[in-house]
Amino acid sequence: MRSCSRAEGARLPDGLRIRRYEPVLIAFGSVALTALAGAALLLLGGYDPVAAGAAMLRGSVGSWSTFVSITLVRSVPLVLCGLAVALAFQAGVWNIGAEGQLYAGAIAGVSVGLYGASLPAALLVPAVLLAALVGGGVWAVVPTIMRVRLGVGEVITTILMNFVGIYLAAYMVHGPLQEARGVFPQTDPIAPAARLPGLIPGSRLHVGFALALLIAAGAWVVLRHARFGFQLRAVGASPEAARVSGRIDTRRILVVSFLLSGAIAGLAGGVEVAGLTYALYEDLSPGWGYTAIAVALLAGLDPLGVVVAGILFGALQAGAGAMQRDAGIPAAWVGVVEALVILAVLGLDRVRRSRAKDRR
Amino acid sequence: MSGAELVVFLEAAVRLGIPLALAALGETISERSGVINIGLEGSIIAGALGGALGALAFESAGLGVVAGAAAGLAVAAVFAAFAIGIGADQIITGTAVTIGGLGMTGAVYQARFGATGTELSLPTLQAVPIPVLERIPVVGSPLFAQAPTAYLAYLLAPALWYWLFRTPAGLELRAVGEAPDAAKAAGVRVRRVRVLATMFGGALAGIAGAHLALAHAGTFAENMSAGKGFIAIAVVVLGRWNPLFVLLAALFFGAASALQFFLQALGYDLPYQLFLALPYLITLAALAGWVGRARAPAALALPWDSE
Repeated sequence: MRSCSRAEGARLPDGLRIRRYEPVLIAFGSVALTALAGAALLLLGGYDPVAAGAAMLRGSVGSWSTFVSITLVRSVPLVLCGLAVALAFQAGVWNIGAEGQLYAGAIAGVSVGLYGASLPAALLVPAVLLAALVGGGVWAVVPTIMRVRLGVGEVITTILMNFVGIYLAAYMVHGPLQEARGVFPQTDPIAPAARLPGLIPGSRLHVGFALALLIAAGAWVVLRHARFGFQLRAVGASPEAARVSGRIDTRRILVVSFLLSGAIAGLAGGVEVAGLTYALYEDLSPGWGYTAIAVALLAGLDPLGVVVAGILFGALQAGAGAMQRDAGIPAAWVGVVEALVILAVLGLDRVRRSRAKDRR
Repeated sequence: MSGAELVVFLEAAVRLGIPLALAALGETISERSGVINIGLEGSIIAGALGGALGALAFESAGLGVVAGAAAGLAVAAVFAAFAIGIGADQIITGTAVTIGGLGMTGAVYQARFGATGTELSLPTLQAVPIPVLERIPVVGSPLFAQAPTAYLAYLLAPALWYWLFRTPAGLELRAVGEAPDAAKAAGVRVRRVRVLATMFGGALAGIAGAHLALAHAGTFAENMSAGKGFIAIAVVVLGRWNPLFVLLAALFFGAASALQFFLQALGYDLPYQLFLALPYLITLAALAGWVGRARAPAALALPWDSE
């Protein structure tokens, strides 16, 4: 699987850089194309695309409380996982494993929240989040070692770890961490002192949203202005050139960015548990780790763009529920829309590349 | 373990290994041409739904398999249009195709049968025992009293091996996967070979999906492919891009999945969810321990531009 490690295949980060306004054009174009293609598919399926769109808007941005309590709340794990994916992709690490890392972080976070109940909130909340970071990072360890030590590409290994993570969470809520009553496959609620405080009074939005914004801003600064960020992008653009330059420890950068990516995805799981559900369930994530790939690509792998794209996908997921309720359109359509977004980005990026070639 | 238990275990191993073998054999061909199709999962789930709908419409499991192949092929065509047609990144295109395939099949299924999933009763693929061979002690009935799709896998493995390594067309395909520029200079139409190889892989993945719906379950369920496309890609690596080894690797993997039934039958009370994770862990271990020396086609996953 040598070439699956994609040592020389870092086409997309390379392709998505260059002119600053182009990623924005691509993002807007992709959204427009997706809306068109989605409407056409809905028509083909015998649905009314206008009613679908109206239901979607109502369910996502119909009112301030809908926007804050549903769309923004939905966007928190998407922004965090999107940051994890964007960071990894920028480094040329094809981490498709955010889903499993999220579950590992949720398991670690909920464990601390359950068993650390005697700690004061000032300690317990950070401990839960730290555990989630570590859990997600640990979940990336095996794929990282297999990539840098054994030369096994991370695409397959991270996907395999996703399944292990999902089944581990299922085992936990049926076994060791199951609620004391032993009825439902879920944990007991975590200690009140372990829960994230609310962000906007009267809404469900929690501090996790602010945390996600903070991490996005931090990632943006590091990628643009810090030495580590420069090295990370250099390795992503061309690991060979980075190595030959003699000034970048390519392997170290790969390891650090891979583990960091896993940790941020893990944090998404911890934040979801500590901020919203207060317990671990079997189906905690409806595939956020995979949706995050669409989020990161639509954002052109830019951390601030990830915030915007994450909120957009949060609105999509929030609206899908309303679409199913009000217009009778299966919520599974969200998957089709996500695929269309990715394909539209790829298609428009191709247009950009061939125009860049013409200019030369 | 008694002889009867062993037979039950082997039967489950083969039954679970066959869809992986079909999908992995197709993926072997597309990877040999330089294309890694992570969208295989999308082709499998489309094949499962296509197989189910086809079997219902034509009231025939056999025609259901044909419909499944067509559905898998259609999904692979989308992948090929982007990954080969416009040279987009194969990993990302494949991920999109998988997400879209799972979403689309879920949406069509819910629209057709309701969100709760009305009990589907499909015409199923019956086992067709092969006379004489099925009487071989122990391995006879597990191997030779299976659905016809199993025999397709047995026949394809040696046929594809011969085609890849002993025919000029097979050589061309491998050349495209190793050195596309050189192949082009020698007059091979690189894109065409890659598109055809990918479509072949998609059709076989569709048959694998139809097998899941029609031979295993006798019904369709959302996400019933359950990562088999990804495992099939790992199986190709385990089988070192050689159709004969790929078939063996798929059966080995089927055996790993069958272990849970077997150990439960022996009375071990092991947690069910951990058993479900076992095949993925075994695959990881096998990739770590085995693949170090295997060599992928040199141009695998690299978009190719004719300049």
